[in-house]
Amino acid sequence: MNSFGAAVAIARKDLRSELRSKEATNAAVSFALVILLILSVAFEPTGDETHAIAGGLLWIVFAFSGTLILNRTFARELQNDALEALIAAPIPGWALFLGKATSSLVMMLVVEVVSLPIFAIFYDVSLVWTLVPVLLLGTWALVVVGVAFSALTVNVQLREVMLPLLIYPTLVPALIASMILTGNLLDGQAFAGDNLTWLRLLVGFDIIYTALAVGLIDIVLVG
Amino acid sequence: MVAVEGVWKYFGDFPALRDVSLNVSRGACLALLGRNGAGKTTLLRILAGFSKPAKGTVTIAGAAPRDLSARARVGYIGHGIAVWDELSAEENLRVFATLYGVDRAQIPVWLERVGLLRVREGLAREFSRGMRQRLAIARAFLHQPELLVLDEPFTSLDDRAIALLQSLLREARERGACVVMSTHQLREALELASDVVLLKNGRVAHSGERTEEMLKDPAWLYARYGEG
Repeated sequence: MNSFGAAVAIARKDLRSELRSKEATNAAVSFALVILLILSVAFEPTGDETHAIAGGLLWIVFAFSGTLILNRTFARELQNDALEALIAAPIPGWALFLGKATSSLVMMLVVEVVSLPIFAIFYDVSLVWTLVPVLLLGTWALVVVGVAFSALTVNVQLREVMLPLLIYPTLVPALIASMILTGNLLDGQAFAGDNLTWLRLLVGFDIIYTALAVGLIDIVLVG
Repeated sequence: MVAVEGVWKYFGDFPALRDVSLNVSRGACLALLGRNGAGKTTLLRILAGFSKPAKGTVTIAGAAPRDLSARARVGYIGHGIAVWDELSAEENLRVFATLYGVDRAQIPVWLERVGLLRVREGLAREFSRGMRQRLAIARAFLHQPELLVLDEPFTSLDDRAIALLQSLLREARERGACVVMSTHQLREALELASDVVLLKNGRVAHSGERTEEMLKDPAWLYARYGEG
């Protein structure tokens, strides 16, 4: 049995279910757009200060709206006790994690693709291609931590409250790196000097937390 | 096939299982009986690999329940149907076929077997309760498991699903698979069972072959051990 095939099957299953129900992405997209609108009213879009904090605002929106998707990652399996079927299946824990992380990543990227043009219009900034690796690395950081804690809190009654409480403190280094990098790149800077250091931090965060999540997911789910 | 040796399981300080030992050989069907809270579901969840014992050992064909080789041999039906509502019957089985490395040609065979081939493209959430239960049965049997772990399998099944499950369990035993099931529906269970274990407060109160006496009076065992 091919473990990567199992991961793909789980990711496809989640995406197909989401495509039909749209329960997580609709909520996340709506939330992201409302927050962008509210913040654009609160700050003067053409002001220099707004440009300086634009990177931070963008990642606050991604982190908050992403939680709506991450909350559902394992919770969607509680319906009909489908999580038991996945835990019982002869696949390694990392394949289950990878499948769940991949589907969550795709859903979060959809939210970002919809939000970015709105962000550019509301905050009067020009999007640059160099943002792509930062978006991918920063989103993967959100996903890898979020999916791991989603598994940990799946049987907790107040999981909608617990998940943000657990993931935001853990994500602080990745969010700071993503915010600073995004702000600097939107400001026209290149990947050099401090920006390269922030990028390395983001890569390091992703590697460490991916390894931890993959290694611990079986213990998290079964004990 | 299944060996349980001196298993203890605690929930906090409370011992849900106390020194439980039992063996199930190929082709056997073990009915796990006991009142609510006796430890039946706890033991079945350990066999299915959902939790680990605090003490003692459990092996399935020589491997620990969490080993991939053991999990590939087990088919589980629990309290939930464990299918995805937003997927069609065929898509549900396709996911399980991939996870268990089963040839996809088996999917229509099993859909036909459980009477869902005609509605294979219908979403599970649109199915009646009975159809969903039959889909769950197809899901559990798809990979031809060597051990079937069934927790209250007849509860809330309609007549058609009960007949289907009983015939599939008989077939499975004929090909050498063994069955461990917990149930409160004594008559259905005892008709299928070759062996009986009665759990009382987490301990094995009775273990042995199913007798004619039990068939005549399914509640006989409970009465004998003061559980009546």
